[in-house]
Amino acid sequence: MSHDDGRMSTKQKLVYMANQIATFFDSKPHEEGVAGIAEHINKFWDPRMRRQFFEMLDAGGDGMKPTVIEAGATIRRPRQDAA
Amino acid sequence: MGLVHEIDFGTPASKSEKQVTLTVDGFEVTVPEGTSIMRASMDAGIEIPKLCATDMVDAFGSCRLCLVEIEGRNGTPSSCTTPVAPGMVVHTQTGRLKDIRKGVMELYISDHPLDCLTCAANGDCELQDMAGAVGLRDVRYGYEGDNHVRAKNDGAENFKWMAKDESNPYFTYDPSKCIVCSRCVRACEEVQGTFALTIEGRGFDSRVSPGAHELFLDSECVSCGACVQACPTATLTEKSVIEIGQPEHSVVTTCAYCGVGCSFKAEMRGEELVRMVPWKDGKANRGHSCVKGRFAYGYATHKERILNPMIREKISDPWREVSWEEAIEYTNKEFRRIQYQYGRGAVGGITSSRCTNEETYLVQKLIRQGFRNNNVDTCARVCHSPTGYGLGQTYGTSAGTQDFDSVEQTDVALIIGANPASAHPVFASRLKKRIRAGAKLIVIDPRRTEMVKSAHIQAEHHLALKPGTNVAVVTAMAHVIVTEGLFNEAFIRERCDWSEFQDYIEFVSDPRHSPEEVEKLSGVPAETIRGAARLYATGGNGAIYYGLGVTEHSQGSTTVIGIANLAMLTGNIGRPGVGVNPLRGQNNVQGSCDMGSFPHELPGYRHVSGDAVRDIYDSLWGVKLDEEPGLRIPNMLDAAVDGTFKGIYIQGEDILQSDPDTKHVSAGLAAMECVVVQDLFLNETANYAHVFLPGSTFLEKDGTFTNAERRINRVRKVMTPKNGYADWEVTQLLAQAMGLNWNYKHPSEIMDEIAKTTPSFALVSYDRLEKMGSVQWPCNEKAPEGTPIMHIDGFVRGKGKFIRTEYVATDEKTGPRFPLLLTTGRILSQYNVGAQTRRTENVAWHAEDLLEIHPHDAENRGLRDGDWVRLKSRAGETTLRAQVTDRVSPGVVYTTFHHPDTQANVITTDFSDWATNCPEYKVTAVQVSPSNGPSDWQKEYNEQAQQSRRIAGHLEAAE
Repeated sequence: MSHDDGRMSTKQKLVYMANQIATFFDSKPHEEGVAGIAEHINKFWDPRMRRQFFEMLDAGGDGMKPTVIEAGATIRRPRQDAA
Repeated sequence: MGLVHEIDFGTPASKSEKQVTLTVDGFEVTVPEGTSIMRASMDAGIEIPKLCATDMVDAFGSCRLCLVEIEGRNGTPSSCTTPVAPGMVVHTQTGRLKDIRKGVMELYISDHPLDCLTCAANGDCELQDMAGAVGLRDVRYGYEGDNHVRAKNDGAENFKWMAKDESNPYFTYDPSKCIVCSRCVRACEEVQGTFALTIEGRGFDSRVSPGAHELFLDSECVSCGACVQACPTATLTEKSVIEIGQPEHSVVTTCAYCGVGCSFKAEMRGEELVRMVPWKDGKANRGHSCVKGRFAYGYATHKERILNPMIREKISDPWREVSWEEAIEYTNKEFRRIQYQYGRGAVGGITSSRCTNEETYLVQKLIRQGFRNNNVDTCARVCHSPTGYGLGQTYGTSAGTQDFDSVEQTDVALIIGANPASAHPVFASRLKKRIRAGAKLIVIDPRRTEMVKSAHIQAEHHLALKPGTNVAVVTAMAHVIVTEGLFNEAFIRERCDWSEFQDYIEFVSDPRHSPEEVEKLSGVPAETIRGAARLYATGGNGAIYYGLGVTEHSQGSTTVIGIANLAMLTGNIGRPGVGVNPLRGQNNVQGSCDMGSFPHELPGYRHVSGDAVRDIYDSLWGVKLDEEPGLRIPNMLDAAVDGTFKGIYIQGEDILQSDPDTKHVSAGLAAMECVVVQDLFLNETANYAHVFLPGSTFLEKDGTFTNAERRINRVRKVMTPKNGYADWEVTQLLAQAMGLNWNYKHPSEIMDEIAKTTPSFALVSYDRLEKMGSVQWPCNEKAPEGTPIMHIDGFVRGKGKFIRTEYVATDEKTGPRFPLLLTTGRILSQYNVGAQTRRTENVAWHAEDLLEIHPHDAENRGLRDGDWVRLKSRAGETTLRAQVTDRVSPGVVYTTFHHPDTQANVITTDFSDWATNCPEYKVTAVQVSPSNGPSDWQKEYNEQAQQSRRIAGHLEAAE
């Protein structure tokens, strides 16, 4: 699903974006930072992005920063009927 | 209807609070101290004859027509230069004055052509008016001898005569009609601040001269139109007036170019627009304009405008012109089919920051109520979405804190990543005026922009940082302010969260944020950072103005937070002269954000997950709104490539040209089954569209735009939509086809719905706008007159929030393959993707995009000025011509993105801001090498574009 020339696939992009968010929250105390990551993703990611995120997380979260994986516990899983 | 007449008081208003009473021709007048006698008389309704005076510039006292007599004083002083005094008794009309004035006029007319009947200024000539006012009946001197009027004197060449200069595409300069009143020269200096005009020669040889006796087009003139407006005769005249004649009625409306939101009088003859003249009462522009708003409206009637709806099944087919009914029904069916086949979330839309608030509101309403999802976004995604996030987090609201008038009380202006002289010219003129009056300036920008140094303007400090290091530099400034004890403790204790501040100073005091450390990565000398920080913290009222050079980075939101921190640290918030001011790009990008164009927010910046907020709309619209955030533009494109997003309704935006990584955008668009583009022209995105709905211009509709200062300005219809419908009507047709019960008769009804549902707009109505002219939101019970300055007694969120801003280098790094950093920007005469300005005479100034490259980098590559070069990044490559200049530092190259032939966005990458996905336009690692001409990609692109613009039954493609 990626383009020819070294562009990231959507899933790679999602991991990249989640890690970017985590990097910003690195400067917060640990608990607050993890909560910040989850809140940010809950607020701004549509259900299909979160669905893809969980597919990767449930498969081990390859490439995700540890704080992203930790935040996964409080990121909302999209409902079945979500758009 | 008639013309909107504005009173010319002759001299500018005095700001003194002390009042002075005098008597003019037997009437008592009370005016502020410092007012001229001329202005005071006009206040009393007595118009003293004048030629060299006009209230847009300071008094000059050269024409000797406005003389008065004052009891107890000798002589006949000029009323424009003489201030009022208590108890003064003034006579404006006496035998002595009449004789003098008649004599003066006689001399003027003795060197002026008498072709009044065929003169373009006939009906709008102050010289003619004054000849009438003073009762001039005879010119005793005749027209022989020395003159500037005739090309030949008795068959011999008249060397005092000068030919008309018609080089400027919009106005002419006819020296034979000039009375050398200097109004144009002073307007250029005082109002515009360009200093392009001067008076050359002396005595009878005095002439107005652009630059050093150059043509207007070749001079520094930026064609703002201030001189044309100031000219009392036909010397400087709009070509449109010469061609059409004088207007007969005018309507006040708002410019549709940048986020300054200038008010103009659209001067009309029937439905033909004669000219746009800046409106003195416009609170954003105060009677000034730039080349775009004043002159570049020709696109509205350009031959390439598409006026009929069109559809096609495949994008490889030619377009087929159809009726509105067929186009709307086709769109409705396609969207229904896609949603049935692929799910509710497989469609979405993009609202336009070029359109009105009312139109934007309707598009998001269509998506939320009709599509039943939140897949709505707007072009703010790619410009100021980080402003929304950063200011929302720190202050609690997503908008600039000041009005533009605030700049008049600024002592230190800090400009970061913005070049207002090019992108927000009318604001730049106001800022420059303040700087000439003594305010200090700091510029943080990789390029040496016009703001760093231009006529009578010089920045105290220019922080020419390496692109991508904004956070480091802004944090280093905070480090200096904190470690040198320059912060405003009283303000912070009162207004901000003290424990968060404690946390912040612990973070920012660390030596890794010191200017000495930051110098290593930003390239800005430590002393310059220290100097800038000290000046901003201690120089009086400090105001920050910033642009896309801040937001369009991987850390765009972090920089906005850093800027908010700086203002809180120094207490520069909550009063006139200070604040944090994002310079918004599009005319209505502020409004489109306010109107709920983001996929996570309903109008008024309320998150879609809030039950109480959704309830308001659920009950009004009779549907259950989706509580999940929708897709942002880049996410839509990713989802399209993945096959889960299939249909999009795009109103007035050209994402293929404006969004980053063109190849990815085109892949996303190509993967969709129904792309609907509503626009004036077959724009680049339309190459991938299945339905084209013709749009209307700002001249053809009623509505409102909200500018960068949160000011809601009226847009008024001055002509019938050439395409048949205003854009809001088109969206309504679509909604009705989808079975929604919409029945708006006028945009004012849409505004009423907005006011009813959005607390910050609660008291906004067309009636109020009619009464007040404009209003700045929040406008509600707490602030019925609106809110010029925000956070006065406290922050919207309660306590101001300091947030740590750790610098993280972007992953877009230079290396052996791509050793240079490309950054992008704008130029004065062109606007954004150029869809409008390229279809005006503005191309005279900027016919193509150029690549600015430092002489050192150019020499290394064997490049000379004007050479074709290949510009390549990991995303793609294009070709354009090089401009060798030291405005950019070694290692940095710069270009604009106004022309689709260049497509600078083929080069830009998919990196984006961590918080908002705002693309990182401002940093791309590139290589530059010599080239013979267009790249293969450019050729393919052009071919595809030409193919895709074919319209069945038309001989040639539309472009």
